[in-house]
Formats: sequence, C-alpha cells, structure tokens
Amino acid sequence: MILDVQNISKRFGGLLALNRVSLSVQEGEILGIIGPNGAGKTTLFNVINGVYPPQNGQVTFRGENITGLPPFAIAQRGIARTHQIVRPLSELSVKENVTVGACFGREHLALGAAARVADEVLEFVGMADKRDMLASKLNVAQKKRLEMARALASRPLLILLDEVLAGLNPHEVTDVLGLIRKIREQGVTVIIIEHLMHAVMNLSDRVVVLDYGAKIAEGTPQVVSNDPKVIEAYLGDPKAAERLLEGST
Amino acid sequence: MNIDALVPSSIDGLMLGFVYGLAAMGLTLIFGVMRVINLAHGPVIALGMFAVYLIGTQFGVNPYLGLIAVLVLGLVLGIVMYFVAVHRVINAPELTTLLATFSVNLMIIGLGTVVFTTTPRAIDMDLGAFRTGAITILGTKVVAVLIAIAVTVGLYLFLYRTRVGKSIRAVANNRAAAELMGINTTGVLALSFGIGIMLAMTSGGLIATLFSFTILAGGVYELKSFVIVVLGGLGNPTGALVGGIVLGLLEGLTTIFMPVGWVPIIEYGVFVLILLIRPTGLFGAR
Amino acid sequence: MKRTWPQSFLWLTLLIIVAIALIPILIDSASLREDLFLTLMLVILASSINIIMGYTGYVSFGHIVFFGLGGYFAFFLMLNYQVHFVLAALASGVGASVFAFLLGIPVLRLRGAYFALATIGINEAVRSFVTNFEPFGGAVGMFFNYAVYDAYGGARNALWFAYYAIVAVALVTVAASFLIKKSKFGLGLMAIREDQDTAQVLGIDPTRYKVLAYTCSAFFPALAGAIFFFKNGIIEPGPAFALLRSIEGLVMVMLGGYGTVTGPIVGAVVYERLRAFLITNPNFSSLHLFIAGLLLLVIVLFVTAGVVGWLRQRVPLLRRYLE
Repeated sequence: MILDVQNISKRFGGLLALNRVSLSVQEGEILGIIGPNGAGKTTLFNVINGVYPPQNGQVTFRGENITGLPPFAIAQRGIARTHQIVRPLSELSVKENVTVGACFGREHLALGAAARVADEVLEFVGMADKRDMLASKLNVAQKKRLEMARALASRPLLILLDEVLAGLNPHEVTDVLGLIRKIREQGVTVIIIEHLMHAVMNLSDRVVVLDYGAKIAEGTPQVVSNDPKVIEAYLGDPKAAERLLEGST
Repeated sequence: MNIDALVPSSIDGLMLGFVYGLAAMGLTLIFGVMRVINLAHGPVIALGMFAVYLIGTQFGVNPYLGLIAVLVLGLVLGIVMYFVAVHRVINAPELTTLLATFSVNLMIIGLGTVVFTTTPRAIDMDLGAFRTGAITILGTKVVAVLIAIAVTVGLYLFLYRTRVGKSIRAVANNRAAAELMGINTTGVLALSFGIGIMLAMTSGGLIATLFSFTILAGGVYELKSFVIVVLGGLGNPTGALVGGIVLGLLEGLTTIFMPVGWVPIIEYGVFVLILLIRPTGLFGAR
Repeated sequence: MKRTWPQSFLWLTLLIIVAIALIPILIDSASLREDLFLTLMLVILASSINIIMGYTGYVSFGHIVFFGLGGYFAFFLMLNYQVHFVLAALASGVGASVFAFLLGIPVLRLRGAYFALATIGINEAVRSFVTNFEPFGGAVGMFFNYAVYDAYGGARNALWFAYYAIVAVALVTVAASFLIKKSKFGLGLMAIREDQDTAQVLGIDPTRYKVLAYTCSAFFPALAGAIFFFKNGIIEPGPAFALLRSIEGLVMVMLGGYGTVTGPIVGAVVYERLRAFLITNPNFSSLHLFIAGLLLLVIVLFVTAGVVGWLRQRVPLLRRYLE
C-alpha cells in the first residue's frame, strides 16, 4: 500500500467538502476518482498533497504520516500532481518549467542533471519541439501536457492527475491515455480524477466514487458502474449517468 | 511627562485625525476599487493645498469656498490621471501600476518645484479660538473637522444610496461580474479614481488652512495615509476615517509620553506590525 | 559553444565594466571617477533590487534601507573602533544581511502590494529610529575628521580607494546576479515569481528561497552604502534612507529589463546619464524630475519589458546570447 487516506474531513465555512473519506492505493495501480461536480474530488487531491490541511483524519504515504505537511515537503517525498486549471510558469520556457519539476522533486537533482531529465521527459510526452517556447504561448492541450511533463520530471512515486483529458479532442485523448499507461508501466502509481467516463473506466484498475464529499462506492469499474447508489448520484445529471453506463460497456 | 497636556493634546490629535482620515480615504477608495496603490497621492495632496491657496490669493476667494472648486478640479484631474497613466495597465501586475502612478508623482513634483519653488506658503486664516482652562481649540481646526465629516458623510451616501455608488461597489467587489451585468467598468474606474483624487486634494486644501506648506509637503501625509489605510484595512473607506482618528490620537498622546522624534517610529512600527498580523486592518475584512 | 556561452557572456560583461572603470585611472580624471562611482553604485543598487524584484517577484520599495544601514554600521565601526574600512564594509554587509534575514521571515509572507507597503514602512521606521538613536549621532548624523583618511594615505588617496572598492563590489554584484540567475536557486526564485503556489507544489520551499534571496539582495547595497559614506565623510539619516533613491532603483530595473542580468546595468547607466544630462542642460535642469517621470510613464505603459527585455522579445536570437 503506497497511500492510505483515513477518515479525512475538510470543511470550508459551512460547506463540508470532504466527509470522512477513506481510501487506499496499491503500488503500481491506477485508481480512478469520479463523482458529480462539487463532489470534493479536487479537494481530496489538495488534502493529499498538502495544499489544505484536513480538519481531521490522516494521510499516510509509504508508511509515513504526511498529514499537514506543506506541499513542498510532500512533493519532495514523491507525490506529484497536475492542476485541473492549468498553471504554467508563464514567463519561463517549456524546458525551464519541466526542469523546475526535476530540480525540486523527489530526487533533488542538480541543474545539469535536471535539464537532461527535462529533455527526456519532454521527449516522452512528445513536446521536445516546444522546449524553447514560453509556457504562456502554448495552447490549452499543450499546457495540460506540460503539467504532466513537469509532474513526471520530479520522478514521483505517486502522481495525481486532475482532469488531464478535459477539453482535449478525441485524438489528443487517445494520445494522453497511452501516455498514462506508459507512466504506470514505469512503475508510477496513478490517481486520476476524470469526467470522461469511458476513459476512466477503461484506464482504472479500481474506481472510487465521491458524492457531496463522501465516498459512496468503490470497486472495479464494472462493479461501480452498476452500483445503484452511483447511478442515483448521477441522476441529477442524466447525461453523466448515460456516460457512466456507456463507459461500463 | 505632562499630564496637564493630556486632554488638549488628545483633542488636537483627534481633530487632525479627521483630516488625515479624509486623505487616506482617497487612497483606500482607489485601492479598494481597482487594486492600485496611488503613489502620486502625496503630490496630489500638495496640489490641493496650492489650489486653495492660489484661488484665495489670485481671486480673493475665501479658502472654504475655494474648496468647492477644488472638489471639481480634483475630480477632473483624477479622471485625466486615470486615462493617462492607469487605464492602459489596469490589469497588469501591481508593480506596473505602482510605477505608473509614481511617474505621475515625479511629474507633479517636477513641474511643481519649477512653478511654485519650494518656498513655504501659508494661508492666513484666523477664525479665533475657544478657550477653557488649558484647552485651546482653533476655529480653523473645528471647521476643518466639520468639512471632513461632511465630505465623509457625502461619500458614504454616494456609495451606498446612489445608483452610481452601487456600481462602484459592484466593480470593487468583482469587476468581471460587474462587467457582465452591463456596468460600464471603465467609466466606473475612472470615476472612482477621480473621487479618490478629489478626496486627497480636499484634505490638502484643509491642511493648507492649518499649516504652512510647500509642493513637497504632501509626502508626509502620503506616508500617514499609508499607515491609516493599513490600520483601517486596505480598500475600506470607513475604516480609513477610523484609522485617521486612531493615528491622530496616537500622535497626540505619544508626544506627551515621549519626545516628538519618536512618534514616527511608533507610527511606522505599528504600520508594519499591523501589516504582518492583520493585513485586513484592525477593523476586519471589507 | 552553446553551453559555454553564458559563462563567456558573464566574463565579457565583467570585462567591459573593468575596461570602463580603468579609464579614469589611466587618464587620472577625478571628475570622471566621481561620475563612474555614482553610476557603479547605482548598478549595485539596481542589480540587487533585481534579485528580489526581477527574479523573485517581490517589489521591495524600501530597499534603500540596506544601503543606509550598511553606511551607518560601517561608519560607526570606523569612527568608534577604528576598524579598517574594508573590514567595516564587510561587517556592515553581513549586518544588513542578518537584518534582512530576520525581517524577511515575517515580511515575505506578505504578497504583492502589502509587501511593497511594508518595505516602505520599514525604511521609514528605521530612518526615524536612526534619527533618534544617539550612538549613530541622531538627527545630526556622524562625520569623520580628516585624520581618519590618514590610514588610507590621505583624503585624496582615500577617494581613489573608495573608487576601487566600488568597482570591486560592482563586479561581484553583477557576477552574483548572473550566477544566481543561472543556478538552481535562481530557477526556484523564478518559479516563485511566476506562481508561488505552483512552485510549492513542485517541491520548492518558498519561505526559504525568498528569505535567502532577500538576504542576498541586502548584502551588496550595504557594501555600497559603506563605501559611499566612507567617501562622503559624513552620514545623516535623510540621505542614507532616501526613499526616492530606492524608487529610482526600481525605475532603473524597469528601464533596463526586469529579471535580466544586464537590464539593471543598462538601466542604471541610462538613467544616470540621462539625469546628468538633464541637470546640466540649462534648458532642462529645472524640469529634470518631470522628464524623468514622463520617461518612466512611457516605459511603463509601452515598453514594459525594458530595453534588454524588449530586445530579447524582438530578436529571438538574442534570447540565447543576451542574459
């Protein structure tokens, strides 16, 4: 077990964004997290990587209690993430962006070594030709890929992917799905938040469903998508329910 | 230490506090609406002093009547300043607007020293004084306080009771949303800048009836305004008045307990401390 | 070629500075020496401000506080304990850095405008404190009698000595500014400048990096202050903590190009030359502040990247060759 989340609660004012959520992730697996908008998925990522300290509960990473550690300390321990709303370091080049990931991530590389890792990773995600561009000049799909490259360059043990497929065209989606599988093949554990049902159902070994901040289901994609509670959660959003059912086939 | 001086000194400080507060209100209004710290604040205050002075000496107009002209002048100057120096960089990072307004500061000071030189001027006003025991209250100060209060009440009514005032507050709250609701944000921003400058110039005019001044005299009040604005919460006009009174009292009281020279250390010390401990100001968030 | 170019660029820059600095020595011109002294002092100030502002994104409005403190520390040591000037200057640099370090821990938590305001407040607080601090001479300040300069071969030689010192410090400052920018530390600072929260998610401890940057950026102005007031022979609170000079430093950084190595140098030189021209020209002398303001406004509104930044944007080839 690489990550163990126990009884996490997070409250923002009157809103209970996470309500006693527990989940655990095995080394090398791809865990999908789904749920309607506002279910608390991104908040969960923010608690795992230290952006928000939880009100109660505990996050254990490789046997170490990392609850309440600042984000940089968690990043240095080997948890990398991407952001749902892309956050490139705008006035730095693509390569510099990725080098930052390599320099300050798990391996604390020196600048020269980090630059080599950055080149490798840019090759890996297929952005080598963009390396000297300013990050602000990329389009959204490229910025999403940059987020992944930056996270990968830190040589993480666990990577948190927050809606990396949203807004991509079908061709790009296929590309990125291939990329995620390759990431897993390299031995990196993956947690992915995704709205594209067929993608997450195809990709994930297991799926966790959040609704109103609580975990309402967990299991293989087949089990989850036939769970009446899950279908009910998506009833407010008939289209999503439809996609859910499509995804399971 | 001189206990006898306690009451007169606090009364004096309190009264000056209203005028300081008025100046700070201009600074904080501009920050609140558009997140711009106006570094031309001091020179604008000095322009207010000179405006009242010149209207008096050139046209023989009573300084208090001259203030009415200063209100209009300030509004116009502020709107012009907005379009010349601020509008183009309104969405740029803070540094840009800080430097843009600072360039206006340099220009006003540069022109001002040429036109007015740095010889001290004073407006000759005497409205008598009230005396009871050790307490002496100058008439000019009483009038200054009354005018400061009147302008504050006017600003309050404008912001909270009129349609335009409500759009200013809407833009301050969320410019993008205000724009979507059909508010002419550029107009509102320009107007708010105009009002901010108007308030600064008015306070300058009032200060000119109390003390002698030069074109550089605004600098002191600019720094005081920063302190007040932080005391009252950046962007909070009512907080600025309270902050002004607090600062005035602080000045009045500290001079009794310690040499005058130590007052600025206390002021700036408090300023930095409040920024660190409660950046939203003493009186909570806006 | 590509890998070694940045180093060559640094050497080239330093070489140019040395070559120019040699001119007054070779032609034995005191007036040129004084001009260059001032220019190099501004290069030091602007390059230091650039470390915290251009690389890290924190606008230090009151940066002159370190210049003033450095001057006072060194002056105090020389006057009261007859410490040698070089030692006193180094001690003042360390003193200012320690002050920046202690101050930076709380103050650098503030962001944007709040930080800028706090630095103004700090400068004013320190200035008012020094004005009342008797060991530093209070409002009157401190002054040397000429005997102090005897240790340096008399007053005339001391002026040359101060000049060599400012050249040396300018070279070190430029080199440091370059090395920081090209290091892992500098990359971390620039990540913080772009987006502090993202930098943190990527593994950068923002507090540590910012405080360290602030500490570095306090060291060199303190040395400059020590040298300036040693040469001056007198130190007073007003000139030591002149907020206007501080803001001029920001203007130079903006003028030359925010976040580049050569930008602050170009900015300082251009600004100083321009000011000298305006002040000495009878048509403009009284209007020099106005013209400086107008120029600044034009830069801020239309050439936001500064001279060097603009060149780098316009001529992509230069991005590789011009740091």
